This record gives sequence, C-alpha cells and structure tokens, in this order.
Amino acid sequence: MSFRAAVITFPGSNCDRDMAVAIEQVSSSAPLRVWHGDADLPERLDFIALPGGFSYGDYLRSGAMAANSPVMRSVKAAADRGVPVLGVCNGFQVLTEAGLLPGALMRNASQHFICRTVPLRVENAQSLFTSGYEAGETINIPVAHHDGNYFADDETLDRIEGEGGVAFRYAENCNGSRRDIAGVLNAAGNVLGMMPHPERAIEPAHGNTDGRKLFEAAIKALA
Amino acid sequence: MKIRVLVSLKPGVLDPQGRAVHHALEGLGFKGVEDVRIGRTVELDVADGTSDEALDEMCRKLLANTVIENYRIEKVG
Repeated sequence: MSFRAAVITFPGSNCDRDMAVAIEQVSSSAPLRVWHGDADLPERLDFIALPGGFSYGDYLRSGAMAANSPVMRSVKAAADRGVPVLGVCNGFQVLTEAGLLPGALMRNASQHFICRTVPLRVENAQSLFTSGYEAGETINIPVAHHDGNYFADDETLDRIEGEGGVAFRYAENCNGSRRDIAGVLNAAGNVLGMMPHPERAIEPAHGNTDGRKLFEAAIKALA
Repeated sequence: MKIRVLVSLKPGVLDPQGRAVHHALEGLGFKGVEDVRIGRTVELDVADGTSDEALDEMCRKLLANTVIENYRIEKVG
C-alpha cells in the first residue's frame, strides 16, 4: 500500500523539498506537492506536512499569513476528519496561528537565531507520530529558528499536559519555551507541531537518524 | 475612515525585544526606565460606515494573536 502524503508549499517555505525527500525515503512513495493557493487538497490523503521556512516573509507574525491562505481551510477540515498533520518549525507556527494547536511561538528569549542539533526528551510515546520512541528517551534533532519560544497561559499548559499533549520537551531549553515544550499534539492526537526538524535527521549523512522513527511511526499507524 | 490598531503584548508575556531595548537604553545612560514593551501599530483606511464589529473581527482574526496580544482600535479621522 502506498503512503499518500501531501507537502504544502507557501511562498517563502524553504524546507518543503527536505520534507518531501524525507517522506519519500521513509515511505518509498513520493508525496504530492500542494501550493498554498489551492483551495482543495488531493483526496484520500494519509498524511499532511506543513514545512519549515519563512512563509510570507514572516510578515505580521510568523505563520500568520499562511494560516489564512486558501489551502488551510482544507487542512483544517482534513485534521477534523482525523488525517495526521505534521507541522515543523514554520509549519508549527502556522498550525498555532490557524488555531489547530494551542499556544503561540514568540521570538527566542535570547533574541538570536538558533541553528544546531538539540537533545529532546520524548514525553508522549503513544501518539501516531511518536510510537516508535520510548517515553523518556532522549533524541537529537536539529533546530533552526528565530521564533520558537513556545507560549501558552498556565491554564492552557495544564490542560495540554493533562491530555498528554506535550510530545517533546527540550532537554536543554534553547529558546525560552514555557515548560521546555518543543512539540505539541492536539487533543485528538492527530496534529503535531514541533520546532525541531525531524526531516533533517533521516539518513546517516545527516549526522543522525533520530527523526526517521517519527515518519516510520506515522506510516505504521496507517497500516 | 482612518483607523489605528495598537497591538501590544499581554501583561505577563515575556517580551525579549523589549528587554533588549531596555538594556540598550540603560547602556546609553538613560536612568529611571522601569520597563520597555514593544508593540505594533497598524494603520487602516477603511470605507466610511465600516462597523465596529467588522473592525474587531479583523483584529481577532488576523491583526492580533489573542493568545499573546491585546489590541486597541482608535478612530483617527
């Protein structure tokens, strides 16, 4: 059975090709490429990925413009139907701005752009994205962002934690995120947003392959 | 109709930019600056008769992220 994934490209996305290559390497099926202005997504999708980058030049707020682009209405509808949606980096920012995930991503506390590999602790290893990991396991995944400082109010954070919505925490908080949160799941568990880039840790040439299990888990969940 | 929307970070939300500017002001020798918060101004020119509800909806849906920001709408003429 082929894995029918779509990678959405917004003007200013720059990790869309990396994401497509990673999905193809792990699933052996080339994902469909979808342009932000397309009102409709391809039918019968198994997986939707929102890639990293600087959609619309980060105008207004990171992800704010992309969150209101035509394709996002279809992404929301697909997420409501239970289609797995992964947003990485700018994709995570788009998901929070679109209201598909709680919270917001603010400027890094250090004010600096951070580009390095960071250790993450897997908090929830039960989701369709994280079932290939062990809870409490430390994995190394690259980050490259300026606006990765996760914020939500205490009440929302308590609710997210209570629902098992924290997928990953930074083992070393690199950007000021509240409660060290690096990746968040929605209540239904089919939408994951994360600042680190699992698609950049797929093959030995990348330096490590810790991101591969995320895609493998999503493919296995489908089967 | 000219509208000015002032978007500011909610109290309690850490403002790293404001903090950096605060340090810079102190570095320039200015005394007694207690706090600095950075916001954004959006100027709109809208059709006369645009309702307050429509303006409010523009702010909630796009101009401000109400998870972290407050907004104030001013009619400037």
